[in-house]
Order: sequence, then structure tokens, then C-alpha cells
Amino acid sequence: MREKSKTHVTLIILALTILGLFLANRFLDAYQVRIINLSGIYVTLGLSMNLINGMTGMFSLGHAGFMAIGAYTVGILTMPVSMKEMNFFMQPIVPFLAQVEWGFLPALFAAGLIAAFFGVLIGAPVLRLTDDYLAIATLGFAEIIRVVFTNTQSLTNGALGLKGIPNYTNTWWSWGVALITIWFISFLMKGTYGKAFLAIREDEVAARAMGISLFKHKVMSFAFGCFFAGVAGGLMAALLGTIDPNMFRITLTFNILLIVVLGGLGKIGGTVISAVIVTVMMEALRFLDESIDLGFVQLKGIPGMRMVVFSIILIFAVIVREKGLLKRAKGRELTYVKN
Amino acid sequence: MLEIIDLHVNYGGITALRGINLTIEENQIVTLIGANGAGKSSTLRAIMGLVAKSGGRVLYKGEDFTNLPTKDIVARGIAMVPEGRRVFADLTVEENLILGAYTRSDQKAIANDIKSVYDTFPRLKERSWQKAGTLSGGEQQMLAVGRALMVNPKILMMDEPSLGLAPLLVKDIFEIIDILRERGNTILLVEQNARKALEIADYAYVLETGQLVLEGPGKTLLEDQRVQEAYLGVAR
Repeated sequence: MREKSKTHVTLIILALTILGLFLANRFLDAYQVRIINLSGIYVTLGLSMNLINGMTGMFSLGHAGFMAIGAYTVGILTMPVSMKEMNFFMQPIVPFLAQVEWGFLPALFAAGLIAAFFGVLIGAPVLRLTDDYLAIATLGFAEIIRVVFTNTQSLTNGALGLKGIPNYTNTWWSWGVALITIWFISFLMKGTYGKAFLAIREDEVAARAMGISLFKHKVMSFAFGCFFAGVAGGLMAALLGTIDPNMFRITLTFNILLIVVLGGLGKIGGTVISAVIVTVMMEALRFLDESIDLGFVQLKGIPGMRMVVFSIILIFAVIVREKGLLKRAKGRELTYVKN
Repeated sequence: MLEIIDLHVNYGGITALRGINLTIEENQIVTLIGANGAGKSSTLRAIMGLVAKSGGRVLYKGEDFTNLPTKDIVARGIAMVPEGRRVFADLTVEENLILGAYTRSDQKAIANDIKSVYDTFPRLKERSWQKAGTLSGGEQQMLAVGRALMVNPKILMMDEPSLGLAPLLVKDIFEIIDILRERGNTILLVEQNARKALEIADYAYVLETGQLVLEGPGKTLLEDQRVQEAYLGVAR
């Protein structure tokens, strides 16, 4: 009975989302549609980081790096051949990529897979570290990626970045991927692997004593998280049309971390809502960066003022609602015995 | 049933166990007593494969367990109640129990075992939706034992189950061990509460600085003068 009504709720939400996107495409202007796109991408990013940090309890700060990998993969693979010649005028692109022009879907998949591959590659040694050490190592990795991308002129066009990436991303892509991410992570957390992730988060020693392999599950969670980070990076590249290494600084990771903490560590619904709210607020609070005329006094604009507001919200959230803005729902994900 | 031969464990340069031999027979309660740092917990962890052995062998029903990974050891029916309870605090009681059955896949039997744990510990059933972190110390210990029982263990190893519990709860814990004996479980009990442990044990070993110094039936050791002086606080 409960299962059935749950399915109904899911279907209703799905239908409302599709209707909402349809109406949005019809009646909203390009700027507003862009915010909706960004929201969808940030939902994917927030959930992928929550899988690693909230559900498995690892403290990783490498998201911007994995997004960069995904963004560049999509950028290079989907860019038309003639556009590549124009972009790479300092140094021609490596020959085996020069003639490549893929569709968006395979390029997104490649973005996820390559990001996941690097996730496993650095995860295997680094996930043996705990807490702060893991954070430092992943942070370092993200910076290394950025510096490497700045210097591999013939692969990424270095500091010039890539321009003229086809704008494939629309609301169906961004929210389609977001919905798939929501579904996949919910499905994962209901199953055996999800239970193992939670056990590892709660107590590593006890989890090992129950026969749960720490290494396998940590790497798995990390790889899934990196996959979706890579896909989201790809969506971002195809939304903006232009990318450069400096987009993927540590501040990007912190924006996602803000979403995760506000939404609640380990919580799917909360993350989705906070991703949308944070993305909309990022735009809505733009007036704080500009000069404000209060009639009797002129306040000079301070660029970055809205980030200060966000920091204050974050501090508040951590103090007041350490479990996230939404309380944990009553519904249980793991049940066997019905009383 | 379980045989440990010449087990050595080192942590870095520090020697924790210098060659101990244990035998555990089916349906027995075997206890390992000794002072802090004698190597009791290290013995259990080495059997479970949670720490590396630097020498010796572990045989279970003739099968060599020495180099098996922990998950395979658990899957073959050896469960551990870790020291300090270590329940999954932010998960419910029931989720904790389900995680105990991680190495099993027979859903029906798992559901049955959850019921039987609830029968053994009615308190856990009352609190099945509560987060484990909100339970009292004694209830958490029950949950830790229940979670280990979900492995469907042939041998249950308990590491200091009475640690940090009020005297009344300590009594409860030993009653639980009694119940488990009646259920036919084989138990390896590591305890600082030497008197209680010896009273309940069929066979006991005394560990001192990584070596076995004494062994015998529990009741016999209770009468032993050296044990009385060192662990039971009886003046000469």
C-alpha cells in the first residue's frame, strides 16, 4: 500500500516537472531558462557530491576537477572540426582529436566515464586517507587538473580555453540528467551498496567487522560521484558554450558544498531543493554586488558581496540546522519486518 | 572447531602477541582474560583479519583462515561484537540489524532472524524505528550483539561487552551471554571483568603481555591462587 502511494507521488512529481519545463520553455525569457538549466545542473552536482560526502562520509573537495574533466571532454568531442581549427591557433590540436565530432549523448557518457576513470585512478591510493587528509589530497588533485589543463596547449588550448562549443544543453537535457541522477542515487541507496555506504559513514570499524569491504565501497561511491560530476561538467560546457581552466577553481567546489550542507548531508530531497534555491539566489542576489541607491545615501557596489551573504547563510545553517534545512523524512528506506 | 596456532601480531615495532595457542570447541563459552594491553583484543582482531598477523595460523573446521579477508571470514560464520559497541548511530535499530546480515543474501532467512533477535531482545523491537544513537548504553550493547547474531554466526566473538556499563547492566549482559549459550552459540569472550567471565566460561585462558600463562576450565581458574591474586583481588 505504502509502496504504491509512493510510486504515485513519484509519477506526479515527474509529470509536474515535465509540465513545468514545458511551460518554462514557452513563456520565460532566455535568462530565466538559463537559470532553470543551471538549477538542473547544480541538482546533479549537489547529489553527486552528497553521495561521496554525505552518504559515504568521505570528505572530498575535488569536484571542480572532475567537472573540468567532463567539461573539456564534451567540449573537445562535440566541437565541429572547423571550430577546432579556429580555436587552436597557437598550437594545433593533437591529430587524433582533430577530426572528431560526436553527438551530445555519447560525449556526455564519455565525460562521465573519463571523470569516473580518473576518480578511480586517484581514489585508489587517496581513499585510504581519512577526513582532513582526504580533503587536502582531493583539493590538491582538483588544482593539479586545472594547472595541467592550462598547460596542455595542444589538448585543451591552455589558458585560452575553448570557444564555440555547440549549445546542446537545454532544459530537457539538464533536468533529464538531474532526474536520472535522483533516480539512480535513490535506487543505489535502497540496495545493498547503499546500506554499505551508510555503514561506512557511521562506523568504519564496525562496518569492517560486518564483512563490508571499505576499499571497494569507497572507490565505488567515489567513482559514481565523479561520473555524475563529469556529466554535469559536460552539461555546463554545452550550456555556456565557452570554458577555460579558471572556471574550475575551488570556489566552484564550495558552491556545491554549500548546496550539500544546506540540503543536509545524506539527504536526496533536501539537496534537490537547496540546489534550486541556491542557484536562484545566486542570481537574485546579484543586486548586492552593484551600487545601491537608498535615496539619501549612495552605497558603492562591492563585487562578491552576495558570496558574503551565502557564507553567512552557511554558517547559520551549520549552527542552527546541522541536519540540513529539511528534517529527515519519516519514511524509511530500509525495511524488512512490517510490524 | 576453531584452532589458533602460534599466533603473532606486531603493530609497527611493538609486539602485541608472541605466539599464542587457543582451541575453541563447539557450544562452549571460552573466555580470554588479562590486564589492559595483554593482547586480548588483538587476538580477536587477528582472528577476524582486521589486523595483519605476523605469524601463526588460524584453522576453522580444518580450513585455513589465516589469509582470508574479513568479509570471507564473516561469510563463513564468525561474527564479532566490537569493543565499545560501535552501533551505526544515525541509522535505525532495524537498519543496524539488516547491516549485520550484509554478507548474506537469503532475504527470507534474514527476515526470520530479525524476528528472532526481536524475540531475544524485546526492547529492541519496541525501539526498532529509533536511531541507534538514541538508545541507552545497555540497549546499544544488545543491538551490537543482535547485529552480530544477524551474521548467523557459528562462533560469536565478544570484545569487552561489559565495558563502560553500569553494574546492573553488566548483569544483563551476562544474562544475554547465558541466553546465547542456551541457543547453542559458541562464544569467545574477552573480558576485563574476570570473575564474571570465569563463572560463565567452560574454558578460560589467561593472557599476560602477549603470552598465555594459564589455562583451564573456568571454575578451576576461579579457585587458582595466582588468578585470584592477580585478577580477582583476593588477598593472600
